[in-house]
Amino acid sequence: MGKILQKPTGFYDKFVRKPGTYDQVTHYCPGCGHGRIHKLIAEAMQNLEIGDQTVFISPVGCSVFAYYYFDCGNIQSAHGRAPAVGTGVARSNPHAITISYQGDGDLGAIGTSEIIHAANRGERMTIIFVNNGIYGMTGGQMAPTTLPGQITSTTPYGRDAATTGLPMKMCEIISQLDAPVYVERTAVTDAKGIMKTKRAITKALKSQKEGYGFSFVEILSACPIGWKMSANDSIKRIEEEMIPYFPLKTFKDEIADRTPRPVVPVAPSQEDVLKALGHDQKEEILFKNDKKFIDDFTTQKVRIAGFGGQGVLMAGTTLGMLGMELGLDVTWLPSYGPEMRGGTANCHVVLSNKEVGSPVVESPNVLIAMNEPSLVEFEPSVTPGGLVIVNSSVVVGKCKRSDVTVLEIPMTEIADSCGLKAAANMASISAYLAFSKVIEKDQLVTLIKAKFKKKSLIEQNVAVIEAAYKYVSDHVRG
Amino acid sequence: MKREFIKGNDAIAKAALLAGCTQYYGYPITPSSEIIHTVARVFPKAGASFVQAESELAAINMVYGAATTGQRIMTASSSPGISLKQEGVSYMASAELPCVVVDIMRAGPGLGNIWPEQSDYDQVVKGGGHGSYKTPVLAPNCPQEMCDHTILAFELADKYRTPVYVLADAYMGQVMEPVTFPSEVAKVEKKDWALYADKDSKHNLVTSIQMNTIEMEKVNIRLQKKYQEIVANEVRFEEYCMDDAEMALVSYGIASRISRSVVDELRETGLKVGLLRPITLYPFPTLRIQELSKRIKVFAAIELSNGQMVDDVKLAVNGACPVEYYGRMGGAVPTHEEVVSQVKGFYKLYLA
Ligand SMILES: Cc1ncc(C[n+]2csc(CCOP(=O)(O)OP(=O)(O)O)c2C)c(N)n1
Ligand code: SF4
Repeated sequence: MGKILQKPTGFYDKFVRKPGTYDQVTHYCPGCGHGRIHKLIAEAMQNLEIGDQTVFISPVGCSVFAYYYFDCGNIQSAHGRAPAVGTGVARSNPHAITISYQGDGDLGAIGTSEIIHAANRGERMTIIFVNNGIYGMTGGQMAPTTLPGQITSTTPYGRDAATTGLPMKMCEIISQLDAPVYVERTAVTDAKGIMKTKRAITKALKSQKEGYGFSFVEILSACPIGWKMSANDSIKRIEEEMIPYFPLKTFKDEIADRTPRPVVPVAPSQEDVLKALGHDQKEEILFKNDKKFIDDFTTQKVRIAGFGGQGVLMAGTTLGMLGMELGLDVTWLPSYGPEMRGGTANCHVVLSNKEVGSPVVESPNVLIAMNEPSLVEFEPSVTPGGLVIVNSSVVVGKCKRSDVTVLEIPMTEIADSCGLKAAANMASISAYLAFSKVIEKDQLVTLIKAKFKKKSLIEQNVAVIEAAYKYVSDHVRG
Repeated sequence: MKREFIKGNDAIAKAALLAGCTQYYGYPITPSSEIIHTVARVFPKAGASFVQAESELAAINMVYGAATTGQRIMTASSSPGISLKQEGVSYMASAELPCVVVDIMRAGPGLGNIWPEQSDYDQVVKGGGHGSYKTPVLAPNCPQEMCDHTILAFELADKYRTPVYVLADAYMGQVMEPVTFPSEVAKVEKKDWALYADKDSKHNLVTSIQMNTIEMEKVNIRLQKKYQEIVANEVRFEEYCMDDAEMALVSYGIASRISRSVVDELRETGLKVGLLRPITLYPFPTLRIQELSKRIKVFAAIELSNGQMVDDVKLAVNGACPVEYYGRMGGAVPTHEEVVSQVKGFYKLYLA
């Protein structure tokens, strides 16, 4: 077990979280790089006086118990996910110094996606990446950083680059991204290497303390147990075999060129929330409660269908909103997803004075067909005695049913004549109301005037409603 | 109070802010995407934070990290995304971190399609990830409940320090209905277990590992105690025409809406059919069903899956009376007529 002499204040005095009787020593094997690196981090925390604001994330790997040692906030996370967990911490506590401490399996294999994206977003965190070229914890299997030819429990004949790829160089990958401010690779070998590592860790944490973003320090580190070597031979191996493949250098240092980001706490106020939701204005009551109207209302099951862009869905939501304002129970269910990509759209609308059960309209008593395919598809589903309203500007074919009422309305032409071709949908619902008389046209107009989002188009929409209403009165015998 | 004619998905996003949610982490997937769209639009305006994560796996782990700070955190997805989130939910259940996960179910298995199913029941109600854990599951059946249950989910999550699911189907996400929103933002208390990145809270520890078997067993026992408390206090359900019913339909979400219309129609023809709608799927209204099984002649679970909830009905009934099931899969929503004819068939079989 690695003994830590002269404890920095970044460490607990006694490692009481650690089970067993030895509360002065770490759980790492003798000669393990983790213990050394822990001490360097604890010293940096002490020197920078950041112990209180630091949140340290232990990964899954031999350092899963790092929280036994560091006197700061501690989180243990799932294998490879520390950078995602760190993102959550950093976004919620922007004043936190977030440290994501990870091994090579954790960071370079299972968590590749999380590290790349956290780096690319430039999250406020410091990554300490301990590259020992092996899975220490689980019994010495191949890591993404295992050297070619190296023997591990899953490469018993040596790592074969032809089938397993070459060791991944994470500093080289991370430094390609724009957001990281500082990327460096060091090694815990001799006194010089240890000093350099300490400087790199301190630099990364200091830059975070000052408000700069994402730093990445990769440290080549010994795993005497996994490598089946003495501690001394392990250091030699780092120097002779690892460093030639993983060059030690500063890959990126843009701290001086960047401006620190201000710490903005996430603290939405009630006022801001209500404003953002659009709930800060007083509600307008459009219609007086009309009990007789509600009592006498017969349930309307409407299907509206047409090309995307004909405002089919909006015709439905307009009817729904109108029903709601009048005190009816209403539902609206759209077609959605890739179905819309083919350019067709349809929706189900139910208006009722009773609680609506299923919002799915299988057999409408009203079909509004804005184009030919819609008429063909939905005509057979209309209940006998129902109403089929056809946009005769577009639909050439005829409704074949003899047990329904058919209204042919040149909706697109009516809309066009009012200078707003896109408002054919308004013509459709106006025609529906004009014929069925289920709701008064003036109430539709009131709704449009009060609720229509594009204020500049209200006048033209109202003109379309009036024109379609007139068309029905003039041409259709009620 | 503010009333809007609004989609279930949008109602969830807006309700989250009113529940005091400060952060959302998610990845888009139909038919849940309106949630992330609305969050992206309104959260930043309110001073809350939103991250589009690189995957559902990352999103739930961001939620894990953010939840350690004691704030109210949410993610939402649909079935394939929920499969990916299971890792994080298991970790959060173990580390006892609160959060709200919304699942707008689509058809599976595999990529399936974007139409409604209720086939995530098992993976959401039974724990889903590894380990002996459960999460409270709320099952809204209208946009108003999408709003109310989202707010309730945050309260339960904080109260019991656990992830809580809002489990809805594609149609519940897509349908628009009137919703009345509360006019105040819920107050969120400071937590004594959370990490605020300061001197007072720094000795708090968030972890799910215990190498000592006895210690890990203690964690498990603590969790089971919590679940017992949840079962004792949080069962919610709704009954419709049950007073004199001889046959009980059991269904939730969109299926319960269809079932309700079916009950209306069958009642008109004199059949004594009622509807029991579980509002919490975990905890399931087991005791109530047990009680009812003394007088109900037959139960029929109507659900959009191969029959997942029906298992819980059977467990509750425990052989006291027959339990039937009818459902469709693949995103096919049973028509009113289909359900009527199935239910009539069951009625004839056991009650004629
Ligand atoms: C999802 C998942 N898969 C696999 C494991 C098993 N596992 C634990 S640690 C580890 C590899 C650790 O290697 P590394 O990240 O290099 O850290 P080291 O132990 O060498 O410090 C693996 C595969 C796990 N805990 N979780
Ligand atoms: S197995 Fe290797 S990495 Fe793990 S503690 Fe031992 S020496 Fe360190």
